[in-house]
Amino acid sequence: MADGAREETVGQEISDVFRGSAAAADVPREKGTGKGISATSIPAFVAGETLADLGDSDPRIVVLTADLAHANRTIDFAARHPDRFFNVGVAEQNMVSIAAGLASTGLVPFAATFAAYLALLTCEQLRTDCAYTGMPVRLLAHHSGMSLGFYGTSHHALEDIAITRAIADLTVVCAADANQLRAILRRSLDWPGAMYIRLGRGRDPEVYSDVPDDFEIGKAARLREGADLTIVATGSEVRACLDAADSLAANGIEARVIDMHTVDPLDRDEILAAAAETGAILTVEEHNLAGGLGSAVAETLAEAAAGVPFRRHGVPDEHVVIGPPAALYNHYRLDAAGIDSVARDLIGAKGHHDG
Amino acid sequence: MNHPPRETPEREEVVERLRDRAKFVRLETVRLTRIAGAGHYTATFSAAELFAALYYAELRYRPEEPDWPDRDRFVLSKGHAAIGLYPILADVGFFDGALLDNYTRLGSAFGDHPDMRKVPGADFSSGSLGHGLSISVGMGLGARVQDRSFRVYCMMGDGELSEGQVWEAAMAAGQFQLGSLIGIVDRNHLSIDGNTESIMGVEPLAARFQSFGWKVHEVDGHDLDAILDVFNALDPPDVGAPQMVIADTVKGRGVQRMEGDYQWHVGNLVGEDYDDVIAEIESGLRPLVAGGADG
Repeated sequence: MADGAREETVGQEISDVFRGSAAAADVPREKGTGKGISATSIPAFVAGETLADLGDSDPRIVVLTADLAHANRTIDFAARHPDRFFNVGVAEQNMVSIAAGLASTGLVPFAATFAAYLALLTCEQLRTDCAYTGMPVRLLAHHSGMSLGFYGTSHHALEDIAITRAIADLTVVCAADANQLRAILRRSLDWPGAMYIRLGRGRDPEVYSDVPDDFEIGKAARLREGADLTIVATGSEVRACLDAADSLAANGIEARVIDMHTVDPLDRDEILAAAAETGAILTVEEHNLAGGLGSAVAETLAEAAAGVPFRRHGVPDEHVVIGPPAALYNHYRLDAAGIDSVARDLIGAKGHHDG
Repeated sequence: MNHPPRETPEREEVVERLRDRAKFVRLETVRLTRIAGAGHYTATFSAAELFAALYYAELRYRPEEPDWPDRDRFVLSKGHAAIGLYPILADVGFFDGALLDNYTRLGSAFGDHPDMRKVPGADFSSGSLGHGLSISVGMGLGARVQDRSFRVYCMMGDGELSEGQVWEAAMAAGQFQLGSLIGIVDRNHLSIDGNTESIMGVEPLAARFQSFGWKVHEVDGHDLDAILDVFNALDPPDVGAPQMVIADTVKGRGVQRMEGDYQWHVGNLVGEDYDDVIAEIESGLRPLVAGGADG
């Protein structure tokens, strides 16, 4: 058990490096290689294990990856279900089309690789072979956003929500943590049509100790009540938004926090209720400001003539600077402190608006 | 499927029927193109004998049960030849042929490229070149996972082979030893802008697929006897090398003004031209005029 405790500590350091403060970014990266850390201590690694568990009782599940079986731990599925696992090598377009072919024979394929490649490189296969055909392909797009840090723009996916939500018959879901990912994977099994599942680096700090039984794809989760504004977040930003809500509360600002895990179809009722009940909306996402969650919420508010102070917060329309992930979150004010400050600006505008 | 041996009355009967059905494909292609106002004549004519041999002799399917799990799959990766596939699917009983009278009209199930959600009997949607072989690899793996013995046939164009994804799929089929996968290249020598070898060469085509781990069969794609011989020679759909049928064809075959002419990739016949072409197709294939696509 002593080892287990040590592993937890190391896992925490990794989270600090990749999700924490700028100070934490100074922790030497060598400590965070992940080597020797048990799968359960690193949330990202649950996909392969969870699918292996589901696969024990559901013979429809097959898993594919493109030479990233260790990085995304689909190797955990391969170990238990070797006949239902296909590593296609570094050929992402081939992988997505193969998944569609598998689905056409009655299987439920999960195809996993970096979000940058699933959403951009295989965009057309995703649309034409999976969405257009109504095939139940599940795309596990891990390391989304800028979570690959100094790997740079080639490895970042800051456009994927915009791209995928513009594709008809494609459901877009963002997982906030490992436990929610487990729930999404379970719920996805009988969901009609194709689904893009956006994951972080897999080292995301916990948001859900337990995912409520009523978790539903397409139904937003209200994680915190507050009357002064609503923060609508998705995926990797949900934890930081909850932390920001804590610091705002310490200063007398009560923020409602909504986990908009499903970006398409969007839970418009929840957005309009938030506008009516809290009078200000801030969206937060690890995504380019163009076309993502913020745009989707803006469309909803504008079409309903909600007329409340509104702010989109995300990555500006630029190729991000080089840096470790945590430093990038700090630089772009996508950590709790940054979100806190953006929320205060918005509250200021609200006061002006109300006056 | 086993086909009767050459030079038997049974074989003659089959070939005669296939010849008639290939003619039917060409006639319907001309008719439907006139409804649409534009159509892919020549890439369909080059595949007419292959279509006929597949659907009237080779493939196992049940028109009354389009989703029969054990049916052979046919992926038309060169989706622009769907105008030749639809009439066959209707003719064998997947749907009422009268529906084709509304071909490409607003709300029709039948567009220039096939939509599997709308067309009974279409095993996969296509239109974007280069995807079909990957789709077919997935179908073959699906058969393996579920312990089914169906074959997957995937028809590609030769111009399509410039798409890199084709070769990703070719690598995967070799790696996974998909003996149930039958690729067919409609080697009609022309892509949209001209001769494949002057645009982006595919030769030595057989050697290329062989080097990717495929067993290759070469055949005259307008010789129905030869096509049936190749089908008879296919290895059983077990674990083993995937098989590629390179069908040497003539783009536009069956209508002399189109044979070997890249400018007829998309066209529309009207008036007397339409009547002339219908009459020419009715009269059957004529000997090729020398000096076609490849001289």
